[in-house]
Amino acid sequence: MASIQIIILITLLCQRWCDAGAAVNPNQDAIKAVGNLTKLFVQIDDVSANLTLNSDESYSLSIHAHPQPVAFLHAKQTWGALRGLESFSQLIDATYDGFFIQETKIVDYPRFKYRGVMLDSARHYLTLDVILQNLDAMSYNKFNVFHWHIVDDQSFPFVSLTYPQLSQHGSYTPRHVYTPDDVQMVIEYARDRGIRVIVEFDTPGHSSSWRSIPNFLTPCYSKNGVPNGQFGPINPILNSTYTILEDFFREIKKRFPDQYVHLGGDEVNFSCWQSNPDIQNFMTQHGFGDHYELLEQYYEHNLVTIMEKIGLRYIIWQDVVDNNVKVDPNTVVQVWKTSPSYKAELAKVTKMNLQTILSSCWYLNYIGYGRDWERFYRCDPQDFKGTQQQKNLVIGGEACIWGEYVDSTNLMERFWPRASAVSERLWSSAKVTNVDAALPRIDHHRCYQLIRRGLRAQPINGYSFCQAEYNVVMNHLDRDEL
Amino acid sequence: MKTIHWFKPLILLILVAYPAMCVVWPMPQMMSTTSTVLTINSKKFTFQSSSKSDILHQAFERYMNISFIPLGKQIQPQLSESFNVTASSGSLTSLKVNVHSSKEELNLDSVENYTLTVTAKGATLDADEVWGALRGRLETFSQLVEPTESGMFQINETKVIDFPRFKHRGMLVDTARHFLDMEVLYEHIDAMAYNKYNVFHWHIVDDESFPYDSKVLPEVTAKGSFNPKTHVYTADDITKIIKYCRYRGLRVIPEFDTPGHTRCWGRSKPNLLTKCYTGFLPNGKTGPINPIFPENYEFMKTLLSEVHKRFTDKYIHLGGDEVLLNCWKSNPDVRNWMVEKGLGNNISLLESYYESRLLGIASNLGYDYIIWQSVVDNNVKVMPSTVVNVYKGGFPAELDRVTKRNFTTILSSCWYLDIYAYGPDWKRYYSCEPFSFNGTQKQYDLIIGGESCIWTEYVDDTNLISRVWPRASGTAERLWSAKNVNSIALATPRIHDFRCKILIRRGIRAEPVTGPGFCEYEFGM
Repeated sequence: MASIQIIILITLLCQRWCDAGAAVNPNQDAIKAVGNLTKLFVQIDDVSANLTLNSDESYSLSIHAHPQPVAFLHAKQTWGALRGLESFSQLIDATYDGFFIQETKIVDYPRFKYRGVMLDSARHYLTLDVILQNLDAMSYNKFNVFHWHIVDDQSFPFVSLTYPQLSQHGSYTPRHVYTPDDVQMVIEYARDRGIRVIVEFDTPGHSSSWRSIPNFLTPCYSKNGVPNGQFGPINPILNSTYTILEDFFREIKKRFPDQYVHLGGDEVNFSCWQSNPDIQNFMTQHGFGDHYELLEQYYEHNLVTIMEKIGLRYIIWQDVVDNNVKVDPNTVVQVWKTSPSYKAELAKVTKMNLQTILSSCWYLNYIGYGRDWERFYRCDPQDFKGTQQQKNLVIGGEACIWGEYVDSTNLMERFWPRASAVSERLWSSAKVTNVDAALPRIDHHRCYQLIRRGLRAQPINGYSFCQAEYNVVMNHLDRDEL
Repeated sequence: MKTIHWFKPLILLILVAYPAMCVVWPMPQMMSTTSTVLTINSKKFTFQSSSKSDILHQAFERYMNISFIPLGKQIQPQLSESFNVTASSGSLTSLKVNVHSSKEELNLDSVENYTLTVTAKGATLDADEVWGALRGRLETFSQLVEPTESGMFQINETKVIDFPRFKHRGMLVDTARHFLDMEVLYEHIDAMAYNKYNVFHWHIVDDESFPYDSKVLPEVTAKGSFNPKTHVYTADDITKIIKYCRYRGLRVIPEFDTPGHTRCWGRSKPNLLTKCYTGFLPNGKTGPINPIFPENYEFMKTLLSEVHKRFTDKYIHLGGDEVLLNCWKSNPDVRNWMVEKGLGNNISLLESYYESRLLGIASNLGYDYIIWQSVVDNNVKVMPSTVVNVYKGGFPAELDRVTKRNFTTILSSCWYLDIYAYGPDWKRYYSCEPFSFNGTQKQYDLIIGGESCIWTEYVDDTNLISRVWPRASGTAERLWSAKNVNSIALATPRIHDFRCKILIRRGIRAEPVTGPGFCEYEFGM
């Protein structure tokens, strides 16, 4: 490690005691380097702990000059050490005279254990290098879950070994796929950064791209009782449907190491089911009348039973529990709607004793002129009427960027540093809420932790400049050498 | 303009007869193709011309690269690479370019017409001036060439007769709210050329920063730029940009906006800006340039003289918008001076006074000028050749008013690219029609074109290209193509293809604007 000179002032940055969380800016004239720091000594208590929802990401970091210059990072698990390294890297000040660091003591841990980012690689394909760049940006922001919304209606880029026809017929082109090697690379790259990868296969709706499996999607009928060539959600009444799903998810369990998978379950359009005579018969036979939510429930119930059988835990969009499907107690519910109020929904879901994560106020695909990061910063997942026990069930949230108007050309700059507002909300203390104090810090973060590290993060606070602007040519050349 | 009307029925006929989607953007005035396809071996293909134009020959080199990008490859902008393509016989081996005039002045009246013919017997391009050759052979031809799986290229038999509807097709780029790196500017200029823009309106300085590296007023740069070592445009940089633009047929018109929008200029010049008062005392704020001190006109003369040496276009944009008149009114010295000069207490007469002196300085230097609409809205006396830049809302009425007063005008109001929203707002830009008011032909003739504007409060090197392109392509077609080429339904698949097959393959990071979908080869794939 390059030698770093220690500045005499002491800074305290910590989870519990800081109000604004801002480092004390040394008076430049008062800097007097008192020594050279040559090592950061890292101690991890348990290096074998797995990367899970309940991993321990706490750490303490101390840098002091006396009696000798020393820097010491201590964490219970590897994951805390990664967070501490990130903080350490952010403390280093680069000047024309070399690198400097202040005496510092940090005791830190995340407020929420689930701090996620959702990318959509189905509406537009995302190249592997953009996914990896995004994982880098996530690690600079201490995000710890990559929710990969990998397939949807429009395309199926995931190469399944069990059902290869899915991507053969469902991807945009043979190049617009994620091979097993690609997926493995993403998982490892993420894990190296302490990021869990939770893949989503959204069913029974959002599934048009699965159409290459015969007799899987529901054939829609026109009013005269004849199939009209269109297909709707997955067909819930066939036994074969569940065999296929079980085979498919067994493969997923093998290939994705996380305990959780995301099952989707949102926005099921009933009109195709309603048009299909076989389904109509089924509804009658089962006494569902014309309550198609009951059919949806039936499907979801079968799906979660498969998960239990396979041994997979799951995250689902709020629609599933809103629809009264009974789910495993370990299930995580993702609240995404804004109407009805997400605060009411958080209260409702936590009352059911289910863990929940919030995304409703963090849909970053919705852009508009001006500063929206402040809105993201102000949104608090525990801001609803409920008991402490309910609030404890809110385990975090996710910044989502849906891909209708996003692909590799504009993902990074659109998402960063707006998502950094979410990362602080999910990591830092509930008391760190002052937007005015956050403003210069998020600007600094953009310039130093994102742009300087070669990532495109756009300006979000009006006119400004970075000492080192994003170097377009450098990054073109780097990409060439990859 | 009369020519367009004559061709109108012909355009309609050809559009009806032309079944396939027009891949060229902006849509040419007239184009027909047949289903006959010619192959091209890029290794053996040449552009030929007897013209000695250096601009043309430089363009030949560039276009050899961008016309023949193999399937699955993407070039870096400006970093030209040549590819090894498998050799086999092709049937189109040259494009012969005839430029009739050796005149190479690049100005408002440059002629950009061209005719392009591609048949089995050969391909020719005819243009009156080299600028038409740039538009025709370069751009249009390169957009017609398609790569194939085998590594060869192909082109349909085609005939194009083309000319722009408007002769001023510009983009304002603001390098004051955020500094833009030279490399990003080059990439941006390339993209403008691919869209047949022909004016780079460089809004180089403003309240927030002064990156113009002045040698006659170095203190203004020193205190006004974000960082005088790294965030400036030197005389050399400016020369490079002007040359880069010229080779692509783009004029560079700088803007030095005064008397407002000058806050950071005052850091080194205590008497330049007006001190604002609250009651009897200065309140610490500064306002527009103070029009009562003679040395401030000396200042402007010094500045504009240097600008005149560095920027070669006949036009300069002198701004004149959003002047904080209240600050002038609040200052007792200004009020007294007005009374002494017989302006009474009519503050707009003071604005008039400043503007006339400024415009006088510019005229004496030999400049023609463009000003924001505010100046003429406030009844300042300007030269008849002034171009008025309409930018506020309610623009159809403003265009009507301004052209009734016989001013040449350009429209920007509906093309503020910085004001973005979720979804395909390129459609709004595409649909904005400059002639959307009931005027006479004479009035319409005074509207010489328009400009997209990318103000950079929320834009810098990281997102300039992806935010502007291909949204600004909507404006590009509106300004080049015929008035009746205005169907969003027809334009949607074309802008999608233009983005994928032209912009992205040429290394321009243009974002998706047509909803879920894909390019055969994504950016960086």
